[in-house]
Amino acid sequence: MTNVAEAARTPRAAARQVEQRRTLSRSTLRTISILSPLVVLVAWEAFSRAGVLDERFFPAPTLIFQALWVEASSGELWTQTQHSLTRLIVGFVIGAVPAVVIGVAMGLNRVVNAAVRPIISALYPVPKSAVLPLFLLFFGLGEDTIWYFVAMGVFFPVVINTYTGVANVSAIFYDVAENFGAKRLTVFRTVALPGAMPNVITGLELGAGMGLIMLAIAEMMGGQGNGWGFMVWNSFQLFTIESMYAYLLVFALVGLLLALIVGFVGRKLTPWISRH
Amino acid sequence: MSNTTAPASAATTTATTDPKIRIRGLSKHFSVPGGHVVTALDSFDLDVPQGQFLTIVGPSGCGKTTFLRMLAGLESPSEGSIEVVGGTDGRPENAMVFQGDSIFPWMSVWDNAAYGLTVRGVPKAQVKETVGHYLEATGLTKFADAFPHQLSGGMRQRVSIARAFANDPEILLMDEPFSALDEQNKTLLQAELLRIWDETRKTVVFITHSVDEAVTLSDRIMVMSAQPGRAKAFIDVPFERPRDVLQLRHQPEYGEIVYDIWSQLKEEVEKAKQQADARVAPKRHGLFRR
Ligand SMILES: Nc1ncnc2c1ncn2[C@@H]1O[C@H](COP(=O)(O)OP(=O)(O)O)[C@@H](O)[C@H]1O
Ligand SMILES: [Mg+2]
Repeated sequence: MTNVAEAARTPRAAARQVEQRRTLSRSTLRTISILSPLVVLVAWEAFSRAGVLDERFFPAPTLIFQALWVEASSGELWTQTQHSLTRLIVGFVIGAVPAVVIGVAMGLNRVVNAAVRPIISALYPVPKSAVLPLFLLFFGLGEDTIWYFVAMGVFFPVVINTYTGVANVSAIFYDVAENFGAKRLTVFRTVALPGAMPNVITGLELGAGMGLIMLAIAEMMGGQGNGWGFMVWNSFQLFTIESMYAYLLVFALVGLLLALIVGFVGRKLTPWISRH
Repeated sequence: MSNTTAPASAATTTATTDPKIRIRGLSKHFSVPGGHVVTALDSFDLDVPQGQFLTIVGPSGCGKTTFLRMLAGLESPSEGSIEVVGGTDGRPENAMVFQGDSIFPWMSVWDNAAYGLTVRGVPKAQVKETVGHYLEATGLTKFADAFPHQLSGGMRQRVSIARAFANDPEILLMDEPFSALDEQNKTLLQAELLRIWDETRKTVVFITHSVDEAVTLSDRIMVMSAQPGRAKAFIDVPFERPRDVLQLRHQPEYGEIVYDIWSQLKEEVEKAKQQADARVAPKRHGLFRR
């Protein structure tokens, strides 16, 4: 029965072809994704060296890496990193922890929600960078001003996403918890928190990114005279453009690293979510 | 039919045989948007004897879930009383198997099944023994560490059943636990449920829209009227226990009882359908009035 055999083979072969096309295009796409930034870098290097690009504004990438190496080997980079990283971590914690607590409280309690929600809605659209002078006014030129400023940037995305997460936990799970005799704190621990966790993590991801932005602004304008943001600003003023680019590169790497860390921790905290 | 009894007498005759649940004049009204009041249940009397497997059938929307939620304490009665007789010696009064997916997606099969016991602070060794037993009984031992998203619908429902049994309640409440399953899985789970239930013979209130399922599982079946829900008829199911789910269906009496229930139910289902149609109609009028 060749007919039957062929009928069976044809769709399978077709499926294989489709599969092949898909895998082929996937690996091609990945190659393109790796090559395209490299092409930009090489072109940048070439054009900068050839004088097509103004070397004062677009120093060749090799010069930027060299500047970064100088910063690193002199210990300067490490000093600045200590300042900035401390601010980022302290700011992140004092922003994220209350945000999770308040977000959960809003999601669980309608009174809290009614009270807090309008305040958050009113403050949220204000450009965060615009309130730095206010923070300087309130808290002075101290280290803590930068913490609070970073914390504010972290707070909003975390509180909003946490609230959304808790509010969207299906009512049936609360019924189950109640039926099985869970008290308030147990309901919180076994239903509200894990149910909202995927959204909390999204909030933390966005919050980490926002925190980095706030850090850069505060260090450029907050008058501390150190940190990655200050180095960017200072290099601009001294017109040592290579080192300005070097610290911009540091910001990019830190941003990437933050996203990776939060993503990793997020996956550890939500092992029940299928990822394919 | 000889095994059909009028609702009024059912409440009184069974009352003599040590009721576990005694319900008198139970009503539930919901206020719905637009200022209307829906009467889900209307002066409802019921006695459930200790150890009875009672099943409730009725047209959809007649108040079965509402009734069970009141039994579970998740909803409070508008009028009337629900009394659960006898001490609980520290055991929970009831455990519910909910309609639809209700196991926690963020807990492993084991943690889901152990939920009630952990919440109650039962000693670890005892939790291990009990949960182990019910996972074994529901064929889930191999999947103890799996998360719900890795399981089929039938397996998730097994977890829900294991969770309720493991909590060792006085009364088991089950709201259409098998309605989302295919026919084969349904039959398998019915047999499993009967086997587990036979170990303890707990008082069960079970809801289903499947007449076959009701006859297969129960000692007694209550047919409910269309909204507002009332007890319309009680049918005793005389088959001996332990039962074999498949053999049961071959017995001549099985068909008789199924027919009996259907003839009680048919009228109510039609009534419920008319009610539903009537609810759609005014909307159309509203559109034309404008
Ligand atoms: N929370 C509620 N608010 C308003 N109406 C409700 C509520 N719960 C149930 N009802 C109404 O009560 C009636 C009975 O519902 P339900 O108990 O779910 O029926 P069943 O489980 O028999 O299908 C329905 O008309 C339903 O719309
Ligand atoms: Mg229902």
